Amino acid sequence: MTTFHEFVGNEGHAPVWPYAIRYDQEQEIETDVLVIGGGIAGCWAAISAARKGVRVALVEKSATIRSGAGGPGCDHWCDTAANPLSKVNPDEWAEMLTNGFGGYGCGISREIQCRENYDTLLELEKMGGKIRDTDDQFKGVEGRDEKTKFLISPRMNPFHDTNVVIRVWGTTFKPALKKECERLGVKIYDRVMATALLTEKGIQGARVVGATGVNARTGEFMIFKAKATILCSSSGGSLWLINTELSGYNTMSPRAVSGDGIAMAWRAGAELTLMERSGVMGITPGFKHRWYTGAGDASYENVMLVDANGKALPIVTEPGWRQKNVDRMGMGFSAIREKVLKGEFALPFYGDFPSMPEIERKVVWNMLLEEECTGKIIVDTYTESGFDPGKDQLQNYALIEGSSLPQWREANGGGLVINWDLKTTLDGLYAAGTQLFSPGDHSFAAATGRYAGRKAAAFVREAGEAIVSKDQVSVERARVYAPIKRSDGMDWKELHAGIARAMQYYCSEYKTESLFKIGLETLQEIEEKWASTLHALDPHKLIRSLEDLSILTHAQIHLHASLARKASSRFLDFHRIDYPELDPPKWRKFITVKQADGKVQVGELPIGYWGNLKQNYEAHNRDYEGAWSSP
Amino acid sequence: MKVYAVPNVATPGRPAIFNPEICNGCNTCVEHCPMDVFIPNPEEGKCPIILHPEECWYCGTCVNDCPRPGAVKFNWPLQQRGYWKRKETGQVFRP
Repeated sequence: MTTFHEFVGNEGHAPVWPYAIRYDQEQEIETDVLVIGGGIAGCWAAISAARKGVRVALVEKSATIRSGAGGPGCDHWCDTAANPLSKVNPDEWAEMLTNGFGGYGCGISREIQCRENYDTLLELEKMGGKIRDTDDQFKGVEGRDEKTKFLISPRMNPFHDTNVVIRVWGTTFKPALKKECERLGVKIYDRVMATALLTEKGIQGARVVGATGVNARTGEFMIFKAKATILCSSSGGSLWLINTELSGYNTMSPRAVSGDGIAMAWRAGAELTLMERSGVMGITPGFKHRWYTGAGDASYENVMLVDANGKALPIVTEPGWRQKNVDRMGMGFSAIREKVLKGEFALPFYGDFPSMPEIERKVVWNMLLEEECTGKIIVDTYTESGFDPGKDQLQNYALIEGSSLPQWREANGGGLVINWDLKTTLDGLYAAGTQLFSPGDHSFAAATGRYAGRKAAAFVREAGEAIVSKDQVSVERARVYAPIKRSDGMDWKELHAGIARAMQYYCSEYKTESLFKIGLETLQEIEEKWASTLHALDPHKLIRSLEDLSILTHAQIHLHASLARKASSRFLDFHRIDYPELDPPKWRKFITVKQADGKVQVGELPIGYWGNLKQNYEAHNRDYEGAWSSP
Repeated sequence: MKVYAVPNVATPGRPAIFNPEICNGCNTCVEHCPMDVFIPNPEEGKCPIILHPEECWYCGTCVNDCPRPGAVKFNWPLQQRGYWKRKETGQVFRP
């Protein structure tokens, strides 16, 4: 008996909720540093702050042991410009990453990543994370360095010859990080969703003095009083995707990725930028085939693609060491489509594992895929079912599963405005990982979390006592419990679908002032007429309902930011019909949005507002000792 | 046979299959699952109950972190099961 329906069939009744219900009960926790989100950035922030000798509390909506986009695993430590085999200068690499997005990258966090992610990796090794081929399992594989036993990835190499990406055994990381948190005395509150940032006297825009939360299993209300708070939760997911029964694998991230941090920061009055940026979700597992399952992901380094008759395609999933003249997946696929229609290539395509040298096949299948995010269960399932990479070609789903609709989008890259301390525009509030306005990988989250932790700890030493407003807590408590106080109303899934539909219609492929305004009106109608009827049957569904409210707020922020940018931008995948000129010079700037006294305020910051990366990084980190010493 | 009135089974409805001969109800999967897909069985020592199957992210943590190999097996939904082809024979398989 393992499913709900089997239980009912056998017992004649539904199972009783297995956890004690503690609605309307509350727990107050006082700490120096509060970390919101226990993923990669959050664990590193907690560890780094705790090492400075301050009290740290970590709030995690799921379970810290495996939570976060990088929780199950990670196969590449990217942009490790300071590693001893790297052929690039970290400061120059950070400049390149920042400017590579038309200047819309977050220079501060990229500089931190490039300067410190190698130090972060070495610390991870001390905690028990595996980063080297110490048992000589992959001796002979290209890119392996005998002295350090690092496995350098060919990623970037055929084109840049950089050695900045290291292959790692990321399934070992999260348990090691959690263990280190516990060893350092970090108080971990798993299954607690942070719901609101608390500000001094409850004033929007004032110093952040902690947060409220609610337990996802018991419904208990939590009040965290903290001198400094670090937001390390996820960015917004599923804004444009109607999740019904396929919610778990509709997106790159689980449904729990609902932009709670951004929504909380907005309500508290923090300034955000690049919130208008979005991109078409090219991979959308669920509607399409799940990512790693079909030779269609960045982990498939060196795997050549062939057609159904074994004819090599002029394209690879991810370039390998010698594949200098082939396109990466997605680029040049329209030309291949034409050839398919003319009968020159036969569908489906396959990843040709058997044609690879054995050691290269082994490193891709048994290391990269097993270590990357959710890949291990895929490899294990295939292996148990008889897949033999020495004999079998893995099917690829390019073309046969179709293209993504322009309406299937993801909010990517927007986040909190920060300074060189990763401090936001609110006193006492810091940010790391995907809360920053930058695309980033596992090492980005780790390095920025680690940095924010030490800066927040330094702030704590100077900061006065945190005083929580009882009125603000009362208002938030009422908001949090509203869905369980009602006896009937709308289910979280339906509300989510309604929000996503509004975003698909009014803020996706076709962008105009009038569509944005209809979108905002529609979201307001949803907020007033439907969100106010949200009904939750238990603490789990209460959490999902509150996530809907985060998604709704996130959608509203996106529309406000979209209205504010009266220009199109190639770099932001932002194409307005009413302002078609791409990237006009006067609009080459960061548009910022925030709330003050409940009203939306639009501002701007110049591109490169952080100044010279190298000089400013060094000026703000004089006491830092790392592997990289600036020439 | 008693038939109960119950809602449809969610899709997917069974992301993991427990083996009651091996599973001892330690609930490691319940505690590690990022989505709270499972709840502990009311009867101690028995396999967990799959309560929120459609929220599964397919991360595999329940199987990967299980301390008793074979106690829980992953069960890919049909439309997500990947294909492969034996190069020599052209025969197509999937899990």
